[in-house]
Amino acid sequence: METVKRLARSPTAVVGLILLALVIGMALSAPVLFPKDPLGLAGRPLQWPLANARFWFGTDTTGRDIAAQIFHGARVSLLIGIVATLLAITIGIVIGAVAGYYGGIIDDVLMRVTEAFQTLPNFLLLLVLVAVFGSDIKTVTIAIGLVSWPAAARLTRAEFLTLRSREFVQACRTLGMRDAQIIFREILPNALPPVIVYASVIMAVAILLESALAFLNLSDPNVPSWGNLIGTGRSVLRTQWYVSAIPGVAILLTVLSVSLVGQGLNDALNPRLKRR
Amino acid sequence: MRVLLLALRRLAASLPTLLIVLIGLFLLLQLAPGDTVDALVAQIGGGDPRMIEELRRYYGLDVSVAVQLGRYVWRLLQLDLGFSAIYGKPVADVILERLPTTLLLMGSALSFAFAAGMALGVLAAQRVNRWPDTLISTLGLIFYATPSFWFGLMGIVIFAVNLGWLPAGGIEEIGAGYTGFRRFLDIAWHLLLPTLTLALIFLATYLRIMRASMLEVMNLEFVRTARAKGLSPGRVISAHVLRNALLPMVTLIGLQAGTMLGGSVVVESVFALPGLGRLAYESVVQRDLNTLLGIVFVSALLVIVVNFLVDLLYARLDPRIVG
Repeated sequence: METVKRLARSPTAVVGLILLALVIGMALSAPVLFPKDPLGLAGRPLQWPLANARFWFGTDTTGRDIAAQIFHGARVSLLIGIVATLLAITIGIVIGAVAGYYGGIIDDVLMRVTEAFQTLPNFLLLLVLVAVFGSDIKTVTIAIGLVSWPAAARLTRAEFLTLRSREFVQACRTLGMRDAQIIFREILPNALPPVIVYASVIMAVAILLESALAFLNLSDPNVPSWGNLIGTGRSVLRTQWYVSAIPGVAILLTVLSVSLVGQGLNDALNPRLKRR
Repeated sequence: MRVLLLALRRLAASLPTLLIVLIGLFLLLQLAPGDTVDALVAQIGGGDPRMIEELRRYYGLDVSVAVQLGRYVWRLLQLDLGFSAIYGKPVADVILERLPTTLLLMGSALSFAFAAGMALGVLAAQRVNRWPDTLISTLGLIFYATPSFWFGLMGIVIFAVNLGWLPAGGIEEIGAGYTGFRRFLDIAWHLLLPTLTLALIFLATYLRIMRASMLEVMNLEFVRTARAKGLSPGRVISAHVLRNALLPMVTLIGLQAGTMLGGSVVVESVFALPGLGRLAYESVVQRDLNTLLGIVFVSALLVIVVNFLVDLLYARLDPRIVG
């Protein structure tokens, strides 16, 4: 409750929440406002925005309604962002928790693996995964999750390292609780806040990764993704630049909203920073 | 000397990491449908089973996975990255041709992001919570949220198509035959927009870190001492605060080397630059996995080298590390 109150007082968080609500609203209203297939033919191709009252944002190179793609694209971006983030956070927490709790050789091995993932540029690794496993939407989402976990693992591990020798943990051991119980029921809730804040960064990057992949035509062509639309607009960039411009603004606002909410959360959960 | 030793020890510590990367990549390759021979046979339009058998033996694909892994790691240790069936020459050659462009792009983008991020960070920290700070921090957030490829495309629309000030793509004027300094200027001209595009995201991070780091250092006691002994505010910043505040920035270079390589894939594709990133994209499209894995391996090496240099720089900036 205290956190919510502090969140409501921070201007960054409020702007972020309003923007995020807008994007979520777009995602939810898409099937109602644009019940037809957003990738289906809607009208004459390359009509400028507002030139035809039926298409607020105009039509793209193949005569698809840009507004419909933007609204349906919000669903795709949010869904990919959320699922990939959940996956990355889960992997990160499990690896970080086990490494931090047990220490020793387990820690060494797990941290070397984490470092290996951090040494590889994550967009390149994403390209490899897509090249090997194909690029339908499920694969892409899982692949984004798979390249995004290392930072979360490091954060969780750092928290566990400081928490594992606290008295309450020793008390749990004395009570004869199993390791899994201590890790997930007792320590994890205490280690979670910084990881949750970091989730906003992972989600922002996940949305950007998917859009970049889609822009390069390496994501699923059968979903209305904003990146796909920007890629489509590239061929008519010189004259009909709005085809690429509009979805870019949508990505910018979505990523901005997620980062702002994350920053607001960070300020709210870190009272130390507030006093500065 | 001790600095070098320290950095070398850190370098040695990254060897197990590199090995894990290699094994991971090899196992990934095993999961891919089809191998080199399949790709070759597909390219020459099919072949009889005996010839395919022969080819498998030639490429060493007839032995167990464990033996193949051993050979693969051994080959990579000798910097033999295999053969690209698409380009018809060794992967190492293909990569070496493309590497300079990417290094140039990354180097200039990094320098710009570092310098501009530092300047803006200092500016914001000096006017903390007043309008210049708010403006700079907001700009930083917007830059961070902008997809780089989109920024690049809009840059092309404005500066190349509408204003006609800058070229829309390519590394130099083809067929102009410039040499020497003229050629250098031409390449710089072509790289201006790509550099800005790639630098943008990193600029945002650098400026945020620099601002936070400046605020942190400015509250330390030695800064108060410097002020107390009557130094001008500018001198306090340049002679005392800056060097200490730069440490987290230097760390960031190492952390972001990989991200920057990933970003260059997209930027090089937008501006049609013949670099490593574009090669990575092309090899995905052409299913040239040998080349793709070679690029990933070289990138990992590059990240490790950058981190080695960062360690050296870090020790120079902060003598306490060596002591």
